[in-house]
Amino acid sequence: MKITDCKELEKIAKEIRKNIIKQVYEAKSGHPGGSLSCADILTVLYFNQMNVSEKEPEDSARDRFVLSKGHCSPALYATLAEKGFFPKEELTTFRKIHSKLQGHPDKNKMPGVDMTTGSLGQGLSVANGMALSSKLNHDGYRVYCLLGDGEIEEGQIWEAAMTSSKYNLDNLCAILDYNGLQIDGKVEEVKGLDNIEGKWKSFGFNTIVVDGHNIEQLIDAFETAKMTKGKPSIIIAKTIKGKGVSFMENKAEWHGKAPKEEEYKLAMEELEADKN
Amino acid sequence: MNEQIKIATRQSYGEALVELGKENENIVVLDADLSSATKTEFFAKEFPERFFDMGIAEQDMLSTAAGFATCNKIPYVSTFAVFAAGRAYDQIRNSICYPNLNVKICATHSGITVGEDGATHQMLEDIAMMRALPNMTVLCPCDDVQTKWAIKEISKIKGPVYVRMSRLSTPIIYEKEQKFEIGKAVQIGEGTKASIIATGDVVCEAIKAKEELEKQGIFTRVIDMHTIKPIDKEMIIKCAKETEKIITIEDHNIIGGLGSSVCEVVAEEYPCKVIRMGIKDTFGQSGKAEELMKYYEITAENIIKEVNI
Repeated sequence: MKITDCKELEKIAKEIRKNIIKQVYEAKSGHPGGSLSCADILTVLYFNQMNVSEKEPEDSARDRFVLSKGHCSPALYATLAEKGFFPKEELTTFRKIHSKLQGHPDKNKMPGVDMTTGSLGQGLSVANGMALSSKLNHDGYRVYCLLGDGEIEEGQIWEAAMTSSKYNLDNLCAILDYNGLQIDGKVEEVKGLDNIEGKWKSFGFNTIVVDGHNIEQLIDAFETAKMTKGKPSIIIAKTIKGKGVSFMENKAEWHGKAPKEEEYKLAMEELEADKN
Repeated sequence: MNEQIKIATRQSYGEALVELGKENENIVVLDADLSSATKTEFFAKEFPERFFDMGIAEQDMLSTAAGFATCNKIPYVSTFAVFAAGRAYDQIRNSICYPNLNVKICATHSGITVGEDGATHQMLEDIAMMRALPNMTVLCPCDDVQTKWAIKEISKIKGPVYVRMSRLSTPIIYEKEQKFEIGKAVQIGEGTKASIIATGDVVCEAIKAKEELEKQGIFTRVIDMHTIKPIDKEMIIKCAKETEKIITIEDHNIIGGLGSSVCEVVAEEYPCKVIRMGIKDTFGQSGKAEELMKYYEITAENIIKEVNI
């Protein structure tokens, strides 16, 4: 069921954020920063854009999603649980032995996960394979791939970008979670992403720059991507790492760290109070 | 064994792919700018819409194949062994084997017999790397007949497969009617002096050695271990029990390959001495394939010497 009301989508994003924090807190490990930065993107994809159904997770005509930045699994799990792919109670099993909710997404364990990811830099290539398959069979489904801004330091991303472009994969839409931070600090300082839009443009992509926390802008961007023919699209979503939890925002240290009890309570209070 | 007609397994691969493409429209083929060498060019000509030249980007190629496989296509992916198993190891591990995707990695130009290109292009560790991966099946066919069987057979099993092929033209060993089974080695001869367990492009050397030794009144058997994983344990134990010694020979490092696989089985099941012939933990060099085989001691003559020690 497609939700068009932005207010309602914002509410869902808030629930997803709370469940991201819950998972990481319960697991005492995981990646809250990048998960929080992509929560709005995932909300729009799963509740407004993608043709997917929790009743038929393997439907061959469904749209596909590849979480190339696989460490942000808490965001994907929270989204899938919100959508009804599995019971929310299972979120507490994240990263625990025998859980469906592996540290990084496992397509064979978790219904609704279209590709197993974790080793950075491989998702866009996988998404290309899916998009090529869709074209070959005239299936018509679309493929979405979420990339991290640190992740695109991997050379394979650019190999894949050439492939998307060579085959004119207009059924492919990549999203860059451009939060500007990675484990060692600012992406700009660790490796440098100078003129990121220009880079993607020169690789043959239709680029759309948006505020990655603005639901309306995200919806518009996905619609524009859908209407763009003959070339792949990338939505460069400017985001805030740790978005929604004040003490996590724009802090690289929250890339892969679990909150302590006091921090957990504070984070949940803030999210509950909807200070966004 | 017909030594008059020699065919490289890569050639057989290219021909088999075209036949397979006619029978199964889910087959797609990916190559990385080497289709004229890997012989996927035959498929490309016949089925251009199902052939994807990924350029010199092996990591992208293997992951793209994984994407195809999630959508029920059966991708056959080809490049030289060093670029498939080596360059794209992480992609094979994390995006193909771990999710158990139906990708057929058909690597050509394995081993020292690559020849003139030298050490950078002579893949000597791929069996070790590929067989250590859970979910992976590893095949190493030795002639035209077996390669054509293998290429077709692997389309029927679900899951990742690594097929190791060669550049060198080798004799046709089997009759067209020969039956094979994945995981079941082929025993040639009943001799008890030694079991010569071989794989890939040196199976013909093992057969040559066996035939020469017979002229001297020494009777051995050759075991064509075309499947490295799952390894034919029964056959290895049988040989350990029935023959005086086991010799393994492979166009691969003696560490981690066929020899190691055989040692693992006998160590656990029926301890006996195993002589591992192969490339002795060194890199190769440029030269003619035949010269290199002599220098690195993987010829019929070397086998005969080992049998007679």
